[in-house]
Amino acid sequence: MDKFDVVIIGSGPGGYVAAIRAGQLGLKTAIVEKDKELGGTCLNVGCIPSKALLTSTDHFMFAKKEAEKHGIVIENAYVDLNKMQQRKDKVVKTMNSGVRSLMKTNKVTTFEGLGTITAPGKVSVKSADGKTQEIETKNVIIATGSAAVELPFAKFDGKTIVSSTEALTFTEPPKKFLVIGAGAVGLELGSVWNRLGSEVTILEFLPRIAIGFDLELSNLLQRSLTAQGITFHLETKVGAVKIDNGRATATATKGNEELKFEADKVLVSVGRKPFSEGLGAEKAGVEFDETRRIKVDEHFKTNIDGIYAIGDVIAGPMLAHKASEEGIACVERIAGKDGHINYDAIAGVIYTNPELAGVGLTEDQAKEKKIDYHVGRFPFRASGRAVANDDLEGIVKFIADGKTDRILGAHILQHAASELIAEAVSVIEFGGSSEDLARTCHSHPTLSEAVKEAAMNVEKRALHIINR
Amino acid sequence: MSVEVKIPAVGESITSGIVSVWHKKSGDFVNAGDALFTLETDKVSTEIAAETSGVLDAIVPEGQEVKIGEVVATIDDSKKAREVKPSDKKAPEKSETKTAASPHEKYADAKTASPARTLSPAVRRIVDEEHLEPEKISGTGKSGRLTKADALAAAQNREPVGDAVSVSGKQTASPTEQDRQSADGRFVRKKMSPLRRKIAAQLVMAQHTAAILTTFNECDMSAVQELRTKSQDAFTKKNGVKLGFMSFFIKASVEALRAVPVVNGRIEDEDFIQNNFYDIGVAVGTERGLVVPIVRDADKKSFADLERAIADYATKAREGKLKIEDLTGGTFTISNGGVYGSLLSTPILNPPQSGILGMHKIMPRPVAVDGKVEARPMMYLALSYDHRAIDGREAVTFLIKVKECIEDPKKLPLDF
Repeated sequence: MDKFDVVIIGSGPGGYVAAIRAGQLGLKTAIVEKDKELGGTCLNVGCIPSKALLTSTDHFMFAKKEAEKHGIVIENAYVDLNKMQQRKDKVVKTMNSGVRSLMKTNKVTTFEGLGTITAPGKVSVKSADGKTQEIETKNVIIATGSAAVELPFAKFDGKTIVSSTEALTFTEPPKKFLVIGAGAVGLELGSVWNRLGSEVTILEFLPRIAIGFDLELSNLLQRSLTAQGITFHLETKVGAVKIDNGRATATATKGNEELKFEADKVLVSVGRKPFSEGLGAEKAGVEFDETRRIKVDEHFKTNIDGIYAIGDVIAGPMLAHKASEEGIACVERIAGKDGHINYDAIAGVIYTNPELAGVGLTEDQAKEKKIDYHVGRFPFRASGRAVANDDLEGIVKFIADGKTDRILGAHILQHAASELIAEAVSVIEFGGSSEDLARTCHSHPTLSEAVKEAAMNVEKRALHIINR
Repeated sequence: MSVEVKIPAVGESITSGIVSVWHKKSGDFVNAGDALFTLETDKVSTEIAAETSGVLDAIVPEGQEVKIGEVVATIDDSKKAREVKPSDKKAPEKSETKTAASPHEKYADAKTASPARTLSPAVRRIVDEEHLEPEKISGTGKSGRLTKADALAAAQNREPVGDAVSVSGKQTASPTEQDRQSADGRFVRKKMSPLRRKIAAQLVMAQHTAAILTTFNECDMSAVQELRTKSQDAFTKKNGVKLGFMSFFIKASVEALRAVPVVNGRIEDEDFIQNNFYDIGVAVGTERGLVVPIVRDADKKSFADLERAIADYATKAREGKLKIEDLTGGTFTISNGGVYGSLLSTPILNPPQSGILGMHKIMPRPVAVDGKVEARPMMYLALSYDHRAIDGREAVTFLIKVKECIEDPKKLPLDF
């Protein structure tokens, strides 16, 4: 077999996107995936299937609670969970075959099996049937992603104590669903099963939910989710989870209080760890940091020539789109081009209803950095389109530099926040100011007008609210 | 009838200047005697006043270089003050566009050099409001695009430049003098003021033209210090001005120039011109650069007259009121680097002069006096001279003469 220019280990949004870009640039490219299907965590057991369920259950909520307000009468709206899960699976399958055909059209060779670096320039692929294949390459990109963090006192058993992977495939809503960790995964899956009838309790060690997002909006989201029926216990430290007859009992401390939670299912969503073991990277001499992330330079090169790493396996937020951008930049570097990533312009989103999206600095971070900043806010209840949509919840919030007016952060809580945030990301990417956004004409009536109005409110000249 | 406003002849060897600020706008009614604009030349900036009353129509934009005699505006004297209605006034923007549209080399260059960039809305507003030329601002945004911060910085950085250009400091520089800043702020590029540019050219010219050589000596300041201490009160009371060191050095220089007249001359083409008058330039540092006002007929002035003249010039220099004639025609220059703490330096000639005396900081240093080491207030002296005209012997003799007069002030006409 000919020597490859690039072999990518892992076909998640980092790896497969890197493969496409490498193919586009005319590099002889291969991708190695240990699972049967391409797409990694994101496509198979993460972003995509969770969005399928979130959308389905959101529709159910509409049918059950909102439709009537619109004069749509749906009697006895109920859920056929089996069908809902089948649709989810179909969504994943569609995307799987999409990625596969993208590999083909970009002339990327696909290897199924566990890829290990045996030496710089050498990757061995061990397939499920035990056969091993050696491939030679000029460059290797490690794009193996991450895995859910396990709690030592609540080890995953795949049945009662589960990770997000299993929590996407329940065949019936657990009566009592206990979620440990109020980050994106916990809040999203908590929402899914809450909508489907589970009694959902979310425990969080920190005094707030959705760490990393602007506190003001996180608090608004918590209020909203509480109103939807989810119970939160913040500053609560889980001590043990015991399984008895397939039912779990978790004990936790909240201040001086001892709390006990019974649950049919326990989701541990306390974060993810880099999937960096068993790749031969260590053997090849690749350096790791103290949290087992692979160390790379600004061009994603490890300390070993010809070995690169991108995505969750290196430092930075564990986000699919971050991994994709890194994949592109990394491959462009290998091809002698100038790939670059602006880490200040990478948004994070939690796909609850309302969705919470944020990019750049939060207000607390601006304060911490002692930056002179201005805040602009606009509530969706003052947006004509939001009223027409009956989606009044949420606000847009901008953090702009006090001197240059450059947008430092944008935060949106709204049903469509994940889409609305993109505009702010674009402006930030171009080093734009709140005034730039405020002076850009937005279609009427749209939710995006609220983004413009919030930008206008930075200079206290929003039109549809009293500016303060 | 329209009366033309021309650039007046402001001094010898000045052929051009820059209209740095208009104090009146097009459409303004001006009275005869009103300051119309500031003319910045290589020597000084001068306010040019209206010679007639009437309505002004400014032709030349701020920042433009103009020749002596060039028409920069017209005044319509057929209109009286009360006839000027608001509607007659042209908005400054309008006059800007009008002037910009006139064939103007710099502007045309800028236009053809870089095609119009699409500006972000906020940048567009600032560029309009501040009359910036976006082509001349360095962008720090993606692919060099201008951000609002770039535009704000360009608008703001212009002001310090303006202050440096005009001693009066009332105006902003022309839009053509945009600052440039590196993306990370590690350097800022600024247009040098006309004065600075001229100083630079003059210095290089002096270095290239004359055969500059410097001779050094030192002098014991004890006697002058003692004399000053003794006479200060009486001198101040009598003359209303303090007795400084400079008058001593001017007087000593006059004595030395008398002893070695060649230092008081200059080379012009193939001739040597011997000056028999003593117009001594005294270098004064100001915010806008070094200026060298001339103390006329220093030989005929008393110590009190000299001190008063120096004090006057210092005030004028600070206030930017020095006139061209204050700065032209010196025969010899004294520069005092000592005020900044310099211990020793080699001054550069002030062409076409042939000599410049450098004074320095007075430092107590051990010296041998009658075979014994004593701490004395010492000052190094430097004389830079044009070796084409002055021999080494003459230069050294001159400097020794200065030294002797300072060390023994009784050799000077002490008229106080």
